[in-house]
Amino acid sequence: MTADVIERPPKRRAPRSPEPGTRNLRRGEGLWGWLFVSPMVTVLGLFLLLPILMAAWVSLLDWDGQSNPFTADARFVGLDNYRNLLTEDGLDRTLFATSLRNNLYYVLLTVPLQTALALTLAIVVNQRLLRGRGLLRTTFFFPSVTSSIAVSTVFLFLFQGSGAINRMLSWIGVQGPNWFADSRGVLRVLLSGLGLVDSVAPGAAAPGEGFMGLAWSEWLAGPSVAMSTLIVLAVWTTSGTFMLIFLAALQDIPRELEEAAALDGVNRRQMLFHVILPALRPVLFLVLTLGLISTWQVFDQVYVMGQGEPGNTTLTPAFLSYTSGFEDADYGQGAAIAFILLAIVLVLTAFQRWALRERGPRTEVRRAGR
Amino acid sequence: MPVAEKLRGSSVERPILPRLPRPVRLTGYALVLAFGLLYALPFVLQVVTSFKTDPDAASRPLSLIPSPWTPGAYHQLFGAAGGDGVPFSRWLGNSTLVAVLVTAGRVLFNSMAGYALARLRFRGRGMLTALVIGVMAVPPVVLLIPKFLVLNTFGIFDTYAAMVFPLLVDAAGIFIMKQFFESVPREVEEAARIDGAGIVRIFWSVVLPMARPALITLTILSFQGSWNEFTHFLVSTQSSEFETLTTGLARVVSGGLGKGTQYPLKLTAALLSTIPVAVLFFCFQRYFVRGANSGSVKE
Repeated sequence: MTADVIERPPKRRAPRSPEPGTRNLRRGEGLWGWLFVSPMVTVLGLFLLLPILMAAWVSLLDWDGQSNPFTADARFVGLDNYRNLLTEDGLDRTLFATSLRNNLYYVLLTVPLQTALALTLAIVVNQRLLRGRGLLRTTFFFPSVTSSIAVSTVFLFLFQGSGAINRMLSWIGVQGPNWFADSRGVLRVLLSGLGLVDSVAPGAAAPGEGFMGLAWSEWLAGPSVAMSTLIVLAVWTTSGTFMLIFLAALQDIPRELEEAAALDGVNRRQMLFHVILPALRPVLFLVLTLGLISTWQVFDQVYVMGQGEPGNTTLTPAFLSYTSGFEDADYGQGAAIAFILLAIVLVLTAFQRWALRERGPRTEVRRAGR
Repeated sequence: MPVAEKLRGSSVERPILPRLPRPVRLTGYALVLAFGLLYALPFVLQVVTSFKTDPDAASRPLSLIPSPWTPGAYHQLFGAAGGDGVPFSRWLGNSTLVAVLVTAGRVLFNSMAGYALARLRFRGRGMLTALVIGVMAVPPVVLLIPKFLVLNTFGIFDTYAAMVFPLLVDAAGIFIMKQFFESVPREVEEAARIDGAGIVRIFWSVVLPMARPALITLTILSFQGSWNEFTHFLVSTQSSEFETLTTGLARVVSGGLGKGTQYPLKLTAALLSTIPVAVLFFCFQRYFVRGANSGSVKE
């Protein structure tokens, strides 16, 4: 059959007018086109689309994972799982709100820090006169390519109570916390250090005061000390990748532009703020949104470094979804959390794609494709 | 070497702004060096600690010289006993097997799909392209429970098939290949077609050999991705016989938090699991760079 299809088009094409020949060619292309994409369609269909549909169904069930979810053994509960998470008072909602709070702080700190650091590193590595910049670039990028589990292991070692980080802190007279066991909110620790808040003990959650079953004092406590280590890890591992994206953009800035600015007598500050940064605007936006999207998905590091502990302060929606299903055997609840998370990420992605389109997708695609 | 230098042809360029005064430059170098250390030191400590004894690692976590020096952790990992619930050889075997299969599958299937989406005219192509772009937006962590549901329903949960099949194609890889094939001049294919070559032949013998740089990028990214994969293996298997370097290490490290620390052993396992990707990285860094930049593809 293969030979048949290969032979046919030129034979027909030669004697007749080009039209039927082309049509014939197209018919062959149609068949081969679908054959070529069939592995893709199978895998993406079976392991991406179908799971999403099944999970949408399961998120409407009270299902423990033991029975067949398509029989009456699994009780249909409608939107109850979502209600328990979003509107109804209870442990489920408080836990979910806690995970949102934790992830929100994680995003708020990680994204600006990793972007700023990546931009700084890119500008440093882009200095034409800097010696050893190739080596530096390699050094900065290396953490990005290693396994998240392996680097999390290293960070567990570095941040232990009597570990390397606390030894270093002791050189400057600071007694480091017991990082992974410390559930105190960083903001609260700072404020109490300044004498603005009475104690570092979390306020009792008075009923009715707060949002989604979580007291305001909890919402405002900031990321816990344990969560801060995850933030440091995230910034450290991702800045290399984003540095490369910035670096490609920096090297795309026409040299004439900088030379013209130099002739006008600008200094370094002005060059940075009035020439380089404006030219980087689309890429800056790209990096910020990529960061926003990926930080909402933090899971591996939580699994290794916190497992939600201490005091649920490293719990994130992704991890809560996992434990609801695989540990508490409440797959309906877990699937519902996954869908809420999906909604968050899709909204951010849609926003990113829309905004990048507005600001000239052409240059973006060209740059990215290199 | 940096991309820009290659593109511009000359690496000797004069700075645009005058050089900074010497003290400022030296401070700058010191700062840059400190930054470099910040990124390198964790790995250095990891390597050093892998040769330490448990008490030494616990009492002197910052020292750069193990005392006494011991390859104990390595013996323990590769020892016949399998070392304290750390069946390292099995993890290594599983990781290798899965990574090789997934890489082979992705290279073949992603390039086939990429070629079809870039070049072949068939009904539904636009829809499929939109699907691939849409799929790229679905975060993997959202699929933890959904994937388990499907694998369980198919009856392949906790098998090698469950570990490998869902990873055989990835949207980002398809996109890399699609973009490459779109950059190949059509005349090349036209010429081959006039010579009587069919679609399979054109793809296999004409276009694919031209795609070498893209294929190398794809191979490296696929290997790195499947070697470092964690969440998928976490939800597709439960038996210890299917543990990989990532799931195995994660179990030992996260479970052992409260118990005996054994950091030399854990860090050695982490180190060994990093080495293959590290070697690839140092040999083929520019392909990783390309991958990092193609990760930002949005259309």
